[in-house]
Amino acid sequence: MAEGLRAWAQYLALVGAVWVCSQSAQAVTVLDDRQQKVQIAQAPQRIVSLLPSLTETVCALNQCDKLVGLDRYSNWPESVKSVPRVGGGLDPNIESIVALKPDLVLAAGSTRGADRLQALGLNVLRLEPRNHADALRVWRTVAQALHVPTADSDRVWQGIQAGVQAAVQSLSPVARQQRVYFEVSPAPYGASESSFMGETLSRMGVGNILPASMGPFPQVNPEWVVQARPDVIMAGDSSRASMLQRPGWSRLPAMQGQRLCVFKQGDSDMLVRAGPRMAEGAQLMADCLNRAAAQTDIGEKR
Amino acid sequence: MLLTLGLSVVLLGTAAGSQGWQAWWSVGADAVSHQIVWDIRLPRSLGAWLGGALLGLAGAVAQGLFRNPLADPYLLGSASGASLGVGVYLSLWGGSAWAMNAWLGLGLTGAAFVGAVLAVVLTLLLARGVQQTLRLLLAGVVVGVVLGAVTSLISLLQPKVLQAMQGFMLGSTAFVSWSACATMAAVLALCLALAWVFARVLDALSLGEATAQSLGVPLPQARMALVGVISLATGAAVAHIGLVAFVGLAAPHLVRSLVRCTHAWRLLLSALMGGALLVLADVVARVLLAPQELPVGVLTAVLGGGYLLWRVYRDADSGVRS
Repeated sequence: MAEGLRAWAQYLALVGAVWVCSQSAQAVTVLDDRQQKVQIAQAPQRIVSLLPSLTETVCALNQCDKLVGLDRYSNWPESVKSVPRVGGGLDPNIESIVALKPDLVLAAGSTRGADRLQALGLNVLRLEPRNHADALRVWRTVAQALHVPTADSDRVWQGIQAGVQAAVQSLSPVARQQRVYFEVSPAPYGASESSFMGETLSRMGVGNILPASMGPFPQVNPEWVVQARPDVIMAGDSSRASMLQRPGWSRLPAMQGQRLCVFKQGDSDMLVRAGPRMAEGAQLMADCLNRAAAQTDIGEKR
Repeated sequence: MLLTLGLSVVLLGTAAGSQGWQAWWSVGADAVSHQIVWDIRLPRSLGAWLGGALLGLAGAVAQGLFRNPLADPYLLGSASGASLGVGVYLSLWGGSAWAMNAWLGLGLTGAAFVGAVLAVVLTLLLARGVQQTLRLLLAGVVVGVVLGAVTSLISLLQPKVLQAMQGFMLGSTAFVSWSACATMAAVLALCLALAWVFARVLDALSLGEATAQSLGVPLPQARMALVGVISLATGAAVAHIGLVAFVGLAAPHLVRSLVRCTHAWRLLLSALMGGALLVLADVVARVLLAPQELPVGVLTAVLGGGYLLWRVYRDADSGVRS
């Protein structure tokens, strides 16, 4: 009799466990950037991502092996380089994507390609992280959509935030006093306080010569930069050559020695993508600021 | 003959794409192949034909109406106006979810139409009528540049629109759906009917304005209607396939160099020719870099521009006016 009861208890425990498991595989509904509800019945197994920061988010959530198609700009982590390419975010190859039979397509906010894929019956989740708040929201939404347990995704996110905090702490007090001009492209477009990297700089407590009121990526007049006299200039590789030719720039203190930080293409990608590599990006900027501050110190001691 | 050519190229279009011919053979067996051929390749090939036909018709009407062999939806500024209309529409309603449905397509066409009408009217005002060829073309170019700049300004101020607008600037048939085909087909039917009715006016106009008037042609009304046809056709094409250059210019030219006929036939043949040309260009754009795709607008700009340059060069050489 007791034997029978124990068997029953075991059976019930097993059923309970199965029930709990099946709960985690239940359909989830998430809101995308257009405030549309997207229902995801079970954990997606074939994902197409059309935005590099979303690709990186999927991989940081440890779901890299679910990616079956990517846009041509997704280049991190190394393992995604072998994933088939399906055009760019603006000109996705519709029939290649359909042929991959994805059960989830991650795409940027408002593109005709995403509209068309949705009309063809694919499950399209539109997300476009532009700043720190977006990054957290997108992180949570993607984690939910991929059926990653909240506890796990929150733990990874806290790790990323701890990394950002460590970068902030690593700044010397002198480095914190500086004002920065961050150039995103040689037109020149700058990154203001309201851009993603601008927000990272604000978290470090350093100044930005471009206020948030100018919009995230204002086109700046080179004269404005000369007048604002930033202490540090950060720029991509493509900007370096044209910077030297701008009138008055060669005499800017920030153009001397270590106070001009030129980032390689891979590093620039990391800095501008509002995704899970924000801690590495913050550390990159912090190192630059510390080097620049050290040089100023030497200069003053002389 | 052009119709058969157009049809066969559309059929060819269903077979060309990044997934190759295989999709065509397994269309009955495999749901995905079925979707690729039926819901992606067929509407986009048909859409390319319809868009090309609209542009060819608009070009033929413009060349007849302005008695100018270089008139084209682009050179008159109406394409820039249409894309400005699209930009304004997207910046006002593009981001919201409700605009996602079929109304978006119709609204886009409407906005592009309004923009195209405004641009053509502006060009005609600046050129003070259609008498002087050079002035008309200059005015068209100026209007095109100014409206293009306004469109750029709008997309710069609203980063959300920027992406969507860039999609339009490229000129691509990749995103054409069945509902877009339906809209374009309806507009094409309407424009062809209107153009057919007013084709006699164009015949009369080719003898000169004074002669046309003495023949009892109601010129002001006819002009209004024909400008409407140009704008509507351009607007519908731009709203669905974006900016595709030179089809409107090359199609009537080719027709004229092949056959001599009255305007009624010339308009119809130009539409058929434009359709066949654009599908052909689209198929080439799809297979040239396969499995990657080239936006067809880039290809037509290169090919059409080259054709035009060759024509201008040859005409200047032999002193023959087309």
